[in-house]
Amino acid sequence: MNVRLPPALTSSGAQPVRAGPDGEETQRSALLSAVDRFGNYWMLGVFVLMLLAFGLASPRHDLFTRASWLNISQYAVEFLLLAIGQTFVIITGGIDLSDGAVLGFTGMVSGVVMQGLLNSHANTTLTTVAGFATAILLGAAIGFLNGYLITRLRLPPFVVTLGSLTAFGAGATPLINGGNEVINLPSQIGTIGQTLIAGWVYVTVLVAAVACVVMGLVLHRTRFGLRTYAIGSNVTGARRAGIRVDNHLVRVYTMSGLLAGVAGMMVMCNFTDASPLAGQNDELNAIAAVVIGGASLFGGRGHMLGTVVGTFIIALLVTGLVLLNVSGSWQQVATGIILVGAVAVDQVRLRLAER
Amino acid sequence: MPVIAVRGITKHFGSVQALRGVDLDVHQGEVVGLIGDNGAGKSTLVNILSGSLQPHSGTIMIDGKPVSFASSLEARRQGIETVYQDLSLAPDLSVWQNIFLGREELAKGPLRFAGWLDRRAMVRGAETDLERTRIRIGSVSSLAGRLSGGQRQAIAVGRAVAWGSRVLLMDEPTAALGVEQQEKVGELVRSVASQGVPVLLITHNLPQVHRLADRVVVLYHGRAVVDLRCSEASVDDMVSWITGAALGEHHAS
Repeated sequence: MNVRLPPALTSSGAQPVRAGPDGEETQRSALLSAVDRFGNYWMLGVFVLMLLAFGLASPRHDLFTRASWLNISQYAVEFLLLAIGQTFVIITGGIDLSDGAVLGFTGMVSGVVMQGLLNSHANTTLTTVAGFATAILLGAAIGFLNGYLITRLRLPPFVVTLGSLTAFGAGATPLINGGNEVINLPSQIGTIGQTLIAGWVYVTVLVAAVACVVMGLVLHRTRFGLRTYAIGSNVTGARRAGIRVDNHLVRVYTMSGLLAGVAGMMVMCNFTDASPLAGQNDELNAIAAVVIGGASLFGGRGHMLGTVVGTFIIALLVTGLVLLNVSGSWQQVATGIILVGAVAVDQVRLRLAER
Repeated sequence: MPVIAVRGITKHFGSVQALRGVDLDVHQGEVVGLIGDNGAGKSTLVNILSGSLQPHSGTIMIDGKPVSFASSLEARRQGIETVYQDLSLAPDLSVWQNIFLGREELAKGPLRFAGWLDRRAMVRGAETDLERTRIRIGSVSSLAGRLSGGQRQAIAVGRAVAWGSRVLLMDEPTAALGVEQQEKVGELVRSVASQGVPVLLITHNLPQVHRLADRVVVLYHGRAVVDLRCSEASVDDMVSWITGAALGEHHAS
């Protein structure tokens, strides 16, 4: 079967750039496709190297154990869900600084709603469903608000989502439940968080994986995805082609908020409580994951598989350094270095690619 | 019957009269140059024909039928395609994606409702379109941003022609190109016109328009002052009309 390459990959891989009409271009194409091929896979290489390095350095090689896989994958869930939405946003040339705050806020509101329902002796299954619905709808609503302000008031995404981050993360969330964790939750929440499928995959991991596959297909195989790239690549051209850019952007930000709501529930299931601290600074890790995965903050470039690799690089850094008894602060330093390094290599690659 | 006929178009911006009643005809198979000095009203006329601006009076007819459009999208639906100076291509998208952007072909069956793209049909369509306009690009899966200026121009033209336009507007098509690439775009313009889509070429490049066009229409102070056959008029003649010297007068305004 013919594999459809995403826009970011189309000029390389399975389908080499055919020679242009003159010899000079033939040479250039050969160099380009070599550079492109390197560019598409080098982060995967970094991931494998990190895996080996941490695995060999850790005592008794316990990185390569089931327990360690469960840890890393469970830890990656919230970043992956945020990074999926962030991938779309960044490909349009925007940014969503609010998704970590939305995660925390929706989790807390949902927790309080469920606690209230339990106190009035509601059915625990229905309460759980109501909790999920609350978080997801609220997340979508905040995302819609972000998108609406960005497109209708023509405000930069950075400013609008920074406002949301501050208002919801630093402002509203600590006011809910007096700033305390909500621990009185239906038992189903804990069950979802602890259930393993076939002994290897947490339900929460499955949720993130399904979201990833579905949204990856949307990004790379549907009209919605194609137009997402088009807007980030040339917004004027997209408008002239008849794309309703503003509507599209509102949908993209709504989706990012919705996924942050889902992430809020997944975090709650993992910890069996709703914490006002959940999601803090997650947006930075999500953005880092997307950028490490090869997306351009200028828009037009990015890939769902790259985002997955970027997310696991960050998750591996955290868990790997914990295994080596390195403090959490060093993990932040390492993430920073990888992030800047990834962008730097990407820039060099692009400069090589441009005549 | 002209493919596109423009009659008495006027447009003013506040007290500035940009167009004072422009008449213009473009016939089947023709390449017509639209030339004039800065401020003569070229861009205003282009923007009106491409639907970005609305005239205050006057009519535009396509195949004899009066048309009007409130947006560039409507102008396109009525058969006027514009190749903008910046080409409007998305550099991060492939050739076929650029050609089909905004008019994507969707898969048949239930996936259609999810907006699933029929990639194979679009790749084939793009290849056929480019072949028909005798444009050679190599692979239609190449990224538009990786192609040469001439090739990019070719895609923009190919895209416009592919969508069954009645007339093609080209705004400064060779402004950013080297000599060799200009030649290629020239060939392209001629081949498009000979295939039945007349071209209205808006440009500053007089030697080029003299070589390429059948006729040139000179705009001077918001009027189409003369219609020259390129086989009969020289570049110097064009210059004297553009500057107003041929009118034997010098406007003070």
